[in-house]
Parts: sequence; C-alpha cells; structure tokens
Amino acid sequence: MNWTLLDTWMLATGIFSALSCALLGNFLFVRRLSLMGDAISHAVLPGLAAAFLITGSRDSGPMLMGAVIAGVLTAVLTQGIAHAGKVEESTSMGIVFTTLFAVGLLLIVRAADRVDLDPSCVLYGSLELTPLDTIRIGGMTLPRAFLVNTSVFAVNAAIVWLLFKEFMIGAFDPMLAVTQGFRPRWMHQLLMALVALTAVACFETVGSILVVAMLIVPAATARLLSSRLPAMLGLSLAIAAGSAILGHLGALTIPRLFGFEDTTTSGMMAVAAGAMFFLALIFAPGSGVLAHARNQLSLRRRIENEDALAALYRRGEGMELATAELPSPRLLHRLERRGFAAESAGVWQLTPRGKEEAESVIHAHVLWERFLVDHANMRVDHAHQSSERLEHVTTPEMREVLAETVEKPVTPPSDGSILPPR
Amino acid sequence: MTAQRQSRGSPSFGLLVALVGVLAFIALTVCAESATPALWRIFSLRDYNTRVVMGGTGLLGVACGVIGTFMVLRKKALLGDAISHATLPGIAIAFWVMVAAGGTGKYLPGLLLGAAVSGVLGMGAILLVRHHTRLPEDAILGIVLSIFFGAGVAILGVIQKMSTASAAGLETFIYGKTASMLGEDGRRIAWAAGVLIAISVLLFKEFRALCFDAGFARAQGWPIRTLDAVMMGMVVTATVIGLQAVGLILVIALLIIPPSAARFWTEDLGILVWLAAGLGALSGVVGSGVSAAFPELPAGGVIVLVASSVFVVSLLFGRARGLVFRAVTHLWLEVRITRQNALRSLFEVSERHSAGEPVTEKALREVRYWRGMQLHRALRRLEREDRVCRVLGGWRLTPDGHEEAQRMVRNHRLWELYLIHHAAVAPSHVDRDADLIEHVLGHEMVVELEKLLDATVAEPAVPESPHPIAAPVEEGGT
Repeated sequence: MNWTLLDTWMLATGIFSALSCALLGNFLFVRRLSLMGDAISHAVLPGLAAAFLITGSRDSGPMLMGAVIAGVLTAVLTQGIAHAGKVEESTSMGIVFTTLFAVGLLLIVRAADRVDLDPSCVLYGSLELTPLDTIRIGGMTLPRAFLVNTSVFAVNAAIVWLLFKEFMIGAFDPMLAVTQGFRPRWMHQLLMALVALTAVACFETVGSILVVAMLIVPAATARLLSSRLPAMLGLSLAIAAGSAILGHLGALTIPRLFGFEDTTTSGMMAVAAGAMFFLALIFAPGSGVLAHARNQLSLRRRIENEDALAALYRRGEGMELATAELPSPRLLHRLERRGFAAESAGVWQLTPRGKEEAESVIHAHVLWERFLVDHANMRVDHAHQSSERLEHVTTPEMREVLAETVEKPVTPPSDGSILPPR
Repeated sequence: MTAQRQSRGSPSFGLLVALVGVLAFIALTVCAESATPALWRIFSLRDYNTRVVMGGTGLLGVACGVIGTFMVLRKKALLGDAISHATLPGIAIAFWVMVAAGGTGKYLPGLLLGAAVSGVLGMGAILLVRHHTRLPEDAILGIVLSIFFGAGVAILGVIQKMSTASAAGLETFIYGKTASMLGEDGRRIAWAAGVLIAISVLLFKEFRALCFDAGFARAQGWPIRTLDAVMMGMVVTATVIGLQAVGLILVIALLIIPPSAARFWTEDLGILVWLAAGLGALSGVVGSGVSAAFPELPAGGVIVLVASSVFVVSLLFGRARGLVFRAVTHLWLEVRITRQNALRSLFEVSERHSAGEPVTEKALREVRYWRGMQLHRALRRLEREDRVCRVLGGWRLTPDGHEEAQRMVRNHRLWELYLIHHAAVAPSHVDRDADLIEHVLGHEMVVELEKLLDATVAEPAVPESPHPIAAPVEEGGT
C-alpha cells in the first residue's frame, strides 16, 4: 500500500460526508424514516437533471437548489399521497421515489446529447477524482469537494446543535412538540431539506449508495450500543468516521490480497459500516447476540441451581424423591464449588449457606402458591406449576409485598407438603 | 350490506378509465415526437423482437403485480427495494466466477442465478437482524439494502479493473435494458411468472389470512414463518427476472405501483390481485412499446412512468377509494344532512308557534348555524320535492314534509332520551350527539330504541324535547 497526499484528501472528504450523513441519520432513525434517506437520495436525480436542463451548466448552485427542491418534494408528495389516498406511508414513499427516479433517468437521457451527466457517477460517486478538482483559498490549495463537504457538515452540525431540543421532542413526541409551539411539521420539512442538501453534496464525492449507508447504518449501530439520543449521536459519528477510514484502507488493501487492483472506496466504506454493524449486533453489551446468550445461560444456570437446592432441602426434610427429581452429579459438583453443598460418606448434604439459599427459594415458592390460591383463585395443582416458574424471578421487594398480602402463618395450600400434590 | 356492495365498485368501469388515461399518455408522447408510424408498427406487433419484449415485460408486470399485492397489503412494500438492491453483489460475483472459469462472464442465466443467491442471502440477513434486535423494520431494510449494494459496488469496482474480461454492460442490471431481451429470456420470464401465479393461486387462502389477520392464520396452525419465507422467496424471484427488463432500482416500482393503483378500484382481494396483475401487464406492454419507439429512452424509466400515470389516474378516479369518488360521496352526504337539518329545524320552530304560522329564515338561523346560502338552497330543494311551501313571510311544512320531519325529530329525540336514560349523558349535552347520529340511524336501530324506551314514548307521537331548543351559543354567534 502506498499512501499519497491524494489518499489523505480522499479520506478527509469521505470522513466529512460520512459525518454529515450519520448526524442526520439519527433523527431519521428515531422517526422511523430511515428509508426516507434512500428515497430522497434516489429522488434528487430529477432535481439535478432539471436544474441542468434549465441553466445549461453544471454550476453547483442551481444543482443544489434543484436537488433540495426535489428532496423536499419527495417528502411532501409521500405524505400527501399517503394522506389523500389513504395509502400506507412506506408504500407511498416507494411510489414517489421510483417515479421521480424514472423521471430523472429520462431527463438525463434527454440532456445526454449536451452533457456528461452520467447516472452511474451519481450512483457510485467518484471519490477517487475529487482531489484533482481544487480551488485556491487564501493561499491554500484545497480540493473543492473537501470544502463542500466540510461546509455541509458545519451547517448540519450547527442546525442540530441549535435545534437539538426541538428535533428531539419532534422525533419522540410530536404531540408535546405541538403543545410547546415547536411546529414539528416544519422541523420535519427542515430535516428533509437538510437530508436532500447533504445527499446532493455527498453524491458527487461518495455516490448515493454511501449516502444511504451512512444515513442508516451508523445510527442503527449506535442504537444497538446505547439507548440515549445524545450518546447515540456521538457513537454514530465515531462509527461513521471509523467506517470511512476502514473503508478506504480496505479499498486499498483487500483486493490486493486476491491479486487485484484497488476498488471503489465508497462501496468499501459501506461494507466497513456493515462490518461494524455486524460486530455491534454480535458484541453489543446488553442487546447483542452474545450478551443475550450469556444472560440466557446464566438464568438457566441459576434456575438449575435453585431447583437442585430445593430438591436437596426437601430430601433433608425427609421427603421421598424419585431418582429423576434428584440433581445430576454435574449439578451437585457445581453446588459444591459454590459452597452450597458438600458430600460426606457418599451422601450429599446442604451446607448452612446452601440451606439458607434453599429456604429462601422454598419460601418464595410457598408465598406464591398461597397468593395464587387465595388471591388469584387458582386451583391448588395449577398454583404449584406457576410457582415453580415464579420462584426463580422473585425479587426481595416482590417477596415483601407477597408476605404482606398473604395470611399468616404462611402454610402451603395443599396437604402441607411442599411438593406437587400427587 | 348494500353499502358494502356500492363501495366495492365495478372494476370494469375503472379499467376503462385507466385505459383512457394510458392512451392519453401515449397520445401525448406521440404528439410530442410525431412518431406515429413507428408506434403503429410497434403496437401492431409486427416484429418478432417487439413481440418478445412486450410479451416479456407484460408477463413481468403480471408476476410483480400479483406478488406485489400481498406485499403492499402487508405493509412491506419496501422489502422488494431491499431485496432488489441485495442482488447486486451476486451478479458481480457470478460474473467474476464465470470469468475465472474461463467464460466471458456475460452468460445471463448464470448472472441471474448469482442475483437470486444473493437476494436470498439478503432476505436471510433481514430475517436474522429482525430476530436478534429490536430495530425498526425500515432501519433493517435500509441496513441490508445499503450494505449489500455497497458490497456490490465494491466488487464491481474490482471487476472493472480486471484485465481478463470486460465488465461493460453489468450496469444494465441497475438501469435495465429491455431491448436486449431474447426469445429465451421471454420464455424464462413466462416460466417464472407462471410459477409465481400458480403459487399465489394455491396459497391464496393462506396469503389472504397473512395479509389481514396473521393471528388467525397462526391459530389455524398454518406455518406462518414458512409462508412468510415463501412470500419473500417469490419477491426474490420476481425481482431477479425483473432485473434485466427494468433494472434493480425500478423493479420495485412494478412491485408497488400497480397494486397500489388497483387498490383504488376495489375492496375485494380476489379482484385486487387480478387488477394489479392487469395494470402491471399494461404498464409493461405500453412502457416497453413506447421505449421501443424511442430507443434512446431507458425502458425501465418509461415503464415506471406508465405505471405512475396509471396510479395517478386511479388515485383521482378510482371507483372505490379515488379522490373524485370520495369527494362526490362526501358532497352527497352533506347535501342529504343539510336537507334533513332544514326539515328538522323547521319542525322544531313551528312546534313552538301556533299551527299554520309561517317560519321565517331568520327564526331558522336562530336555532342552528347555516353557512351562507346553505339554508336557502336546502329550503329550495325541499320546495322542489314538495316537502315545504313558501308562504307570506316565510316557510311552512306541507303534509308530506310534516310527516317526514316528524319521523326525523322523533328519531332525534328517541336517541336523546336513550342517551339520557341509558348512557347517563346530561340533557344539555345530548343535542349535539344526537345531531351526529340521527342521519345514519337505521330502521332496526329505531325499532330497538322504541323497545328500550316504550315506557316513555307512544308510537306515532313525537316526544317532547328533553332540553330547551335554542341556538347553541358558540354556533349561533359565528
């Protein structure tokens, strides 16, 4: 890999477009409008084409205008058709953006004799070419795309910073926003306009596919890692920047491993974002696949332990237990390791600590049985089944409430035994 | 029952209007380009090539219309979007593999196989993420869509720099190139469409339950997840066969737009499916025909625009839900309600007067708010129907009008009494509630009310109003 100045500029441009998109993506995500980013990024095509056909030049100003108008039009038409035709909103979004995209394709073809407005350029972007198009500002030669993307990010960041409270309330509780006088509908249109502006600014450099990926994936990944919006914002920005860097490195290195030339950076940036999402999906603390499996496992262990303790306790009380009801040797050894049980002369006995634990489980069991029979009108034989499950999830607070509710002295509702009635 | 029948509407009338709309579209195009001979040549199906292309896209429209109907009804319209984008890496990898195996890489069935495999992988990814997280559905679709498509773009980027083969032309899968369709492609589309339609017919009952009442389907013991997967598999199939014709971005339009358009014409799922298939076929045939006349236009775009025009026509003129139809129904309802209000107000005012004394419009305006000429128009209409007559200084009910007004006032007050005695609503509040319901009170309801209130009301008589009749302050003031 040979890193050049060009790579630095490409990477900087890519990072800033990723940041701009990811910032807005959070608000789209919480409003369940993630696909609106996809829709708008397709639908700005006719805006670009129309601006070109009208002005006849590839000036950024009119193009940006056209695209923002097309983007807001997408949002307005989507809501309008959904409302007027009683069509579901995502359906109406699909209708609007495919139609606008088709119009854009036709317009581009009509314009094609006069210009090289290549649809695939909009789709993939040409990050590779951006460092070549430079302007001089105050003695510094900077790539134009870099300036555009940083200013878009600055605009987005400023608006989100200024209107953070309004955006947040508008996203989570539009009704509250109305009563507070925030005009959530205006906020919505502002958001849509910002998305359109960002999409267009980034198209030229990174292509629509990366815009869509960066609008959706970092925010969703951040959501897996945190459930607070400010934290989500920070995380998603970090993820966006990270996937831009990893994506560019990947584009330079990964194809070489297979003996090819390097590949499209924007595509690899989307793939890098996807890899981060996948990692978060697996490893996220709390909601990740692994954490979930670990919770399940520890819950299962706890239930096994508690059942085994209760069984040993009952046998200690002189109750006859069938062989199937006795804990397995593996389980007994686990209890021994935790200091709940000990073997003496071939017989497993509860230690004092184990006895205490077992009593607490059985106490919960009896409380639940009593409660279910007396207060929930459950039949005695059914109450045992339910209590078997509930005893494992009884918190101390719950136990207190139960103890206050049921009559004293607390006795098992059946024949005095704490085993299921046979 | 009758109301239900009415609202269903006749799809034949609807189809007619839709056809007219599409013909108008063609006519406009023709005028714009004055290419009548070319169009005539195309739509008379004189060339073998044209027949293949139009037949192929038409069948594609049918297949997409059928499966799209279920997706739209299940509010999963954009699933097709995610899956169609997810086919790109498969196409690129299939090309790569075929080149590595020594071919040109342009063998279409191979590319489509790759597309199908990665479409199924995309579908699996959606199911996986949905199972393991609580992310909203739209975010999941967006994630799968953008990552798969990004991977596809990256792989295409690699391929385009390969020296061994030219990858030029793979982009046609993104935008579609209908004109390249051959006889065997047409046959493949026909086969796929046939299979999709057969599955839809066989599993119609199950799919219907899945669309409208998944809980019921589960209670029937039907394998919901399998059915869901079958449906997604059908979307993958429809998408893959649509790739060549309209491209992967616009194939979603064929899945969404015809069913949504058909939805404006009927409330019956059976009719809806066929109508969506028909509109899809129409879009495909007309679109590919028009684009054959203007070869520089991308066919996918034209097909989608034809479908969108059908949608707009349906949105406006649909017999079951169209805007015009709903506006007219609304207008008629308003006219009927105004008429009944005028009759009732006339009765209630004259009740307080001595018999035969005419009621002035001023007095009527005191008991109820009327917008502009609304009252006058309603009275004129009643006059034409011989329910009221104009007398010196005002209006008076004719015997016919008196009878009808009496019936109406009776219904109104029966409802008021019902609200007071059985729903414990304060007498000062019942007027407005009864005002809303009296226009739609059916005969059975009235009989029911009479039964409930028989102690208080004798048959023909109008019970006395349970509250003083006067103009509600906030309304009278405006």
